[in-house]
Amino acid sequence: MTIATSAHPSAGQAGGKTQIKPYTMNFGPQHPAAHGVLRLVMELNGEVVERCDPHIGLLHRGTEKLIEYKTYLQAVPYFDRLDYVSPMCMEHAYVLGIENLLQIKAPLRAQYIRVLFSEITRILNHILSITTGALDVGAITPALWGFEEREILMEFYERVCGARLHANYFRPGGVAWDLPAGLTDDIWEFTERFPKFVDDIDNLLTNNRIFKQRTVDIGIVTKEQAFDWGFTGPMLRGSGVAWDLRKSQPYEVYDRMNFDVPVGLTGDCWARYLVRMEEMRQSNAMIRQCLKELPDGPVRAEERKVSPPPRGEMKRSMEALIHHFKLFTEGFHVPAGETYTAIEAPKGEFGVYLVSDGTNKPYRCKIRAPGFAHLQGLDFMSKGHMLADAVANIASMDIVFGEIDR
Amino acid sequence: MSEQALKELGDHIAATLGDDVLKVELKLGELMVTVRRPSLIKSLTFLRDDPTCSFEQLLDVTAVDWPEREERFEVVYILLSYKHNRRLRVKVTTDEDTPVASAVPVYSAANWFERETWDMYGIFFSDHPDLRRILTDYGFEGHPLRKDFPMTGYVECRYDEDQKRVVYEPVRLTQDFRSFDFLSPWEGMTNVMLPGDEKAQAPDTGSKP
Repeated sequence: MTIATSAHPSAGQAGGKTQIKPYTMNFGPQHPAAHGVLRLVMELNGEVVERCDPHIGLLHRGTEKLIEYKTYLQAVPYFDRLDYVSPMCMEHAYVLGIENLLQIKAPLRAQYIRVLFSEITRILNHILSITTGALDVGAITPALWGFEEREILMEFYERVCGARLHANYFRPGGVAWDLPAGLTDDIWEFTERFPKFVDDIDNLLTNNRIFKQRTVDIGIVTKEQAFDWGFTGPMLRGSGVAWDLRKSQPYEVYDRMNFDVPVGLTGDCWARYLVRMEEMRQSNAMIRQCLKELPDGPVRAEERKVSPPPRGEMKRSMEALIHHFKLFTEGFHVPAGETYTAIEAPKGEFGVYLVSDGTNKPYRCKIRAPGFAHLQGLDFMSKGHMLADAVANIASMDIVFGEIDR
Repeated sequence: MSEQALKELGDHIAATLGDDVLKVELKLGELMVTVRRPSLIKSLTFLRDDPTCSFEQLLDVTAVDWPEREERFEVVYILLSYKHNRRLRVKVTTDEDTPVASAVPVYSAANWFERETWDMYGIFFSDHPDLRRILTDYGFEGHPLRKDFPMTGYVECRYDEDQKRVVYEPVRLTQDFRSFDFLSPWEGMTNVMLPGDEKAQAPDTGSKP
């Protein structure tokens, strides 16, 4: 860590007045407030930021190149590793893209399960975003309380797919398995007490004097700027644009869900915080609705060229055995074509631009990460603010480097 | 977003931009417009400002590499209209040496997207304010997402205890990268030629032995 411990510039005496010389400072790449491996090269005038140049790519793993060398199914786990605090939403965009190219649809139960887990993921993400954001501006309690709730949610992840973080649960044409017995009851129980947790955080932060001093009127983004810089998700809604892909271009069963889209008025860090808080409440209501309406039925499309046959069938049917073998060696073929499929991920619009040449591997898979566009705006958001406010801006953008560096 | 509305939009764009548009496609319910390279900025400005189009936001800039084509790169601009709730993809083609005009004057967001495309594909964007590499390492050579760049790369780095610094060396694999060719004429194969299939495709010349 090379952040200067004192904000004193090299000051010299000239004619009785103190001359302040602007100087360049390096922030990160290993810094607790950088939310990962972010390196900022800042030009400071005293403690005021004049220019801020983010250097990214320290977590670049070449995901897009790797995906070109894997079959469609083998590429799913890479998506968990992009935005590692909201794994299932990333998978969701990818499987929807494949389903669009294949022109198949998941059965209704699978769609409900996907929406259910997308909303659980949204809560997971927003808890982390809000509480670590509060940590960056000096509040430590929300982080301690929030991680307890995250642990409970990750337990649901573990029960449904066996992993706490890297789920690999969604499949083209449905989900990997049905929900285990008793899980719906436990999620229901969680949703009954979760609003209390949001209220607690609300009490701690929303009208807290220090928290408001650090976030109100900091990093204001106007509507025009948000459009121009490609901002999406809470960054856009915080600036007063009522836009949510779940409402405006509904996918899966979101058109059946009853929920409101919170919109901020001021476009500052505080408005974005309020948007995320309300989104958690709305997600909680959506989880309850999903559990209430969850229909019975299969969870994988009955399309043997895409989804594998059940174990029992393989013991008796030769054809099922062949299908199983071919699916897990060669994989399925996707007709030549291209699609851009986007979903409303917790951080904004997460899109997958998928180009297929008719073989079993994607010809090109471009991942549109919302954080990439947001981080680009850090320069204009932080200009003229204090150094400590740049940290508040980073926190309110909800930066995760897995998806930015890819 | 009905197909009909998108078709009308495609016709409107083709009619207004005239010769600048090479191709308008509507596939899988998604609209794609291929424009001539020199008129890219004109087209993007029109798409942003025209009230019927009104594509306020540039969501992404990326490229696709088709090495067998004459102009191997296809640069793709993904646009979104909030007013009309529509998406559009604008494409231009280019090769390694021909620059594409930078879209930064039209959409500020293009800055990093174009830096990434330059980094990954080596497509040069003229008049870009700050065309540096963005995702790869400082001092990296080559453009990794090109199809002729090997997946394992050329160099690997490690910390050298004697020199007390990170050193770069040619990549050494204890085992070759295992790429299995499972392609078979099973299901859904389109336009792929497999070894041994040439005879089935051979045209009947009419000459008999």
